[in-house]
Amino acid sequence: MVALGLAEFAADLETVDGHPARPTRMDRLRRVAWWRGIVLILTGVFFLVPIYAALHFALSTVEGGFSISAFQSIPHQQGFSDAFGLSLRLAIMTTLITMVLMVPTSVFVHLRFPGLRRLFDGITIIPIVIPPVVLIVGVLQVAPTFLKGTPYLLGLEYAVLAMPFVYRSLDAGLRSIDLTTLVEASRSLGSRWSSTLLRVVVPNLRTALLSATVLTVALVLGEYTMASLDQYQTVPVWIVAFDQDNAHISVAVSLVALVGTWVVLLAISSFDLRRIRRASQLRKDGSA
Amino acid sequence: MTTTTVSPEQPRTWKQRRSSIIAALGLLPFGVYTILFLGVPALAVVVGAFQSPTGGWTWSNISIASHGVYAHGFVTTIELALVTSIVPGLAGVVIAYAVLTMKGNALRRIVSTASGVFANFGGVPLAFLFIATLGTTGIVTSWLNTLGIDPYQHGFTLFSFIGVSLVYAYFQIPLMILVITPALEGLRPSWREAAEGMGARSWEYWRFVGGPVLFPSFLGGVLLLFGSALSAYATAEALTSGSIALTSIQIGSFLNGNVLAGQQNVGKALGFGLIVVIAVVMVGYSILQRRSSKWLH
Amino acid sequence: MTLTAPLDTSTTENQGATVELIGLRRRFGATQALDGFSLTLQPGELVALLGPSGCGKTTALRVLAGFETVDSGRVLVNGVDQSRIPAQRRDMGMVFQSYSLFPNMTAQDNVAFGLRMRKVGSIQRRQRALELLELVGLEGQADKYPHQMSGGQQQRVALGRALAIEPRVLLLDEPLSALDAKVRVQLREQIRVLQTRLKITTLFVTHDQEEALSMADRVCVMRSGQIEQVDVPATLYSAPATPFVAEFVGTMNRIPGVIAEGRVSLLNKTVDIRTSADQPAVFRPAGTPVDVLVRPEGLAVTATAGARGIVMTTTFLGSVTRLGVLLDEDVMVYVDQPNSAVQVPVGSAAEVTLTERDVMVADRTGAGVAQAESASVEHP
Repeated sequence: MVALGLAEFAADLETVDGHPARPTRMDRLRRVAWWRGIVLILTGVFFLVPIYAALHFALSTVEGGFSISAFQSIPHQQGFSDAFGLSLRLAIMTTLITMVLMVPTSVFVHLRFPGLRRLFDGITIIPIVIPPVVLIVGVLQVAPTFLKGTPYLLGLEYAVLAMPFVYRSLDAGLRSIDLTTLVEASRSLGSRWSSTLLRVVVPNLRTALLSATVLTVALVLGEYTMASLDQYQTVPVWIVAFDQDNAHISVAVSLVALVGTWVVLLAISSFDLRRIRRASQLRKDGSA
Repeated sequence: MTTTTVSPEQPRTWKQRRSSIIAALGLLPFGVYTILFLGVPALAVVVGAFQSPTGGWTWSNISIASHGVYAHGFVTTIELALVTSIVPGLAGVVIAYAVLTMKGNALRRIVSTASGVFANFGGVPLAFLFIATLGTTGIVTSWLNTLGIDPYQHGFTLFSFIGVSLVYAYFQIPLMILVITPALEGLRPSWREAAEGMGARSWEYWRFVGGPVLFPSFLGGVLLLFGSALSAYATAEALTSGSIALTSIQIGSFLNGNVLAGQQNVGKALGFGLIVVIAVVMVGYSILQRRSSKWLH
Repeated sequence: MTLTAPLDTSTTENQGATVELIGLRRRFGATQALDGFSLTLQPGELVALLGPSGCGKTTALRVLAGFETVDSGRVLVNGVDQSRIPAQRRDMGMVFQSYSLFPNMTAQDNVAFGLRMRKVGSIQRRQRALELLELVGLEGQADKYPHQMSGGQQQRVALGRALAIEPRVLLLDEPLSALDAKVRVQLREQIRVLQTRLKITTLFVTHDQEEALSMADRVCVMRSGQIEQVDVPATLYSAPATPFVAEFVGTMNRIPGVIAEGRVSLLNKTVDIRTSADQPAVFRPAGTPVDVLVRPEGLAVTATAGARGIVMTTTFLGSVTRLGVLLDEDVMVYVDQPNSAVQVPVGSAAEVTLTERDVMVADRTGAGVAQAESASVEHP
């Protein structure tokens, strides 16, 4: 369940974001070295072999040799560019909706209704409680025909799926800056609410916004359940459909999707870390 | 203490009330959107579960959903969720502990980010990865064949319970690692040292201190994994093309039109059932989280 | 909160162990945490390890406890080498800086834990735990969990827990550093009283010199893994062996002076200073700059028109008033005056005179002081 994984990933960033409270001093040599090694090797095998297998499969041709033709021919496959275009449009749409919806809301909650934060934590868990497969059933039941006729209905619903971890990301980001002080300083200097939001709050939330965006895009590009049941061909739906024709290509696209998500998530993680390290350096130098 | 202009008993000034209203308005877009695109569909499912195709109220959907092939689906789904929450859960704790006790910060960071990334694998790409690995023409399958073992002879297929469990483990284990790592990091070294100083051996420490402290988080993690497995659709669908009896797959089939007359709303009853189970699970999860955070601070 | 239960010391055969730390050396990466550290603790005494962070005091404690190894050196308790004995069997009670209570157990269970590890029966150990909780004044808190107690209460439970096993040695690793000032002072006394009563050999690590001086029988000042001085508090204060100790313990002034033909010229006067060192400062070539180290109570201030010193600050310290006087070479000296004396107002010109007899004279090198000797001043 992708949304859940993303939510936990966002929460994991939370631990890093909010300044690691406890240094892990678990580096005392325990006489467990031998089993630890076995565990880690087995883990490595379990997780890396499928990736190797996929790579092997994608690179091997029907004749039996190896070539990267599978990867090269992806954009030329029938239906792929349409599918990719659709996925991309949906991703942009979802991101915009989620940002416009969640940023002011989480800022408001942090600022004015800190008591509601508990409630919000709960509310943002609800989309996780409704599985996408069930949600799409309900959506198709009540959506007006004009919406059902466009794929953009999916975009509207993806925003709901993205809510939990976008909120978590923003929440973590808001907690690490002192929102109240910033806003009060800005207002006391004469700024109106809109420019406070745009010029003070948002720039300080850059990393949180960035990670929320990337997580949202990852979600949309990987979402299969609702798209397939709504019968629109986004990339994942295309992959399954295309499997009938050429499995090598399907595997190749899957690999690209996975590696792409990896790279980006790794990038946010390390970007986040660098920012934390720089911030704590400044703090150290400043308070030394 | 100086007296303020507004005492609690007096009504708030118009200005205060106005700013409260404006603030509440700020929350309105979110509220409206959630109600429209989450609440209404969810309600449609819940209400529809009790509606007959002709529009009246009925229990028949529920009763059909709790018998026969659908009951079987529920049982399989719950079995699958149990297996893929407990086993990967335990594995996750062990691996997370092994990683944490590694020396070298860089390696630890890499693994923890990798878990974040792997926990997001799922659905279609993952299914295809495993098809390439353990499918009939998969790599590992052929390796095993050269070793003389043919798993398919023994009835293994990727599209079976075992196969799907294996694939689920791929994202369940990292999910557990993500959840349990903060809890493991919260185990203070001074507890271990205090226990040792008082004569406790390693297993005694785990039995009396480490284990109990970790347990709520562990249970919470297992619950999270359980919920995740229950809701999963894409992976199973991509792997089995709908041939396996899982509740989520069965719900999906209702949308594809293979429905018996008079049973149009059974899918919603199934959905209702799923929602109920997951809701219970998530409530349990947040209670446990709150419990453990009290101790780990 | 005073101690309530009278302790039956007849049951405590513990007359205190003798602890010898001999030539300890330990390196962590690029840092030499312990550099030839040697210290002996007599039975029943409380020795404080005092020093700035990173000086190695905690490492020394943890070596004794068995949580750290040494590259070389020996640890003996009552003559027995501890190197082969793991921490579990060293029979030492340890109190950590904070949050060391097991969060899943009540205060009583925490205290009883060590006894449980020693297979003491359930009723006995719960009874003993209650006794110890009474001893530290927390009998009403037996069923509370750590997160329900204040920091001071937690540390008292931690103390009870450490004492429950009747350890040979008590180890305290900055137990008061995380507490509020008032609580700290209260707990300080309690620990000291308990320790004296039970006659447990105790090693106490702290960076707070006031704590060390008020609690310990002897204080060991450390720096960079080595011992600067080990002495009773009074001697540490009045006769510091090195400039580091002199400045770390209490407040110490550093007054620039100049050698002038076998005497030292400072504060616009030239005084005779005798030292007993082999190469007394006074026999250095004339013009050599030196620093004279003297405590605030060894100086006096008088308002003198036209003098080059200016009174910059006045601080009321309760028993005395401390005046900060800015001298010629941009040097600030602190002078304590009894409250009864006529106070010199801030901003006035003042003259500072040396009244103390025992001072230290030190070379003034560019990077700091290299050597120092005790000296006595001959006042005319």
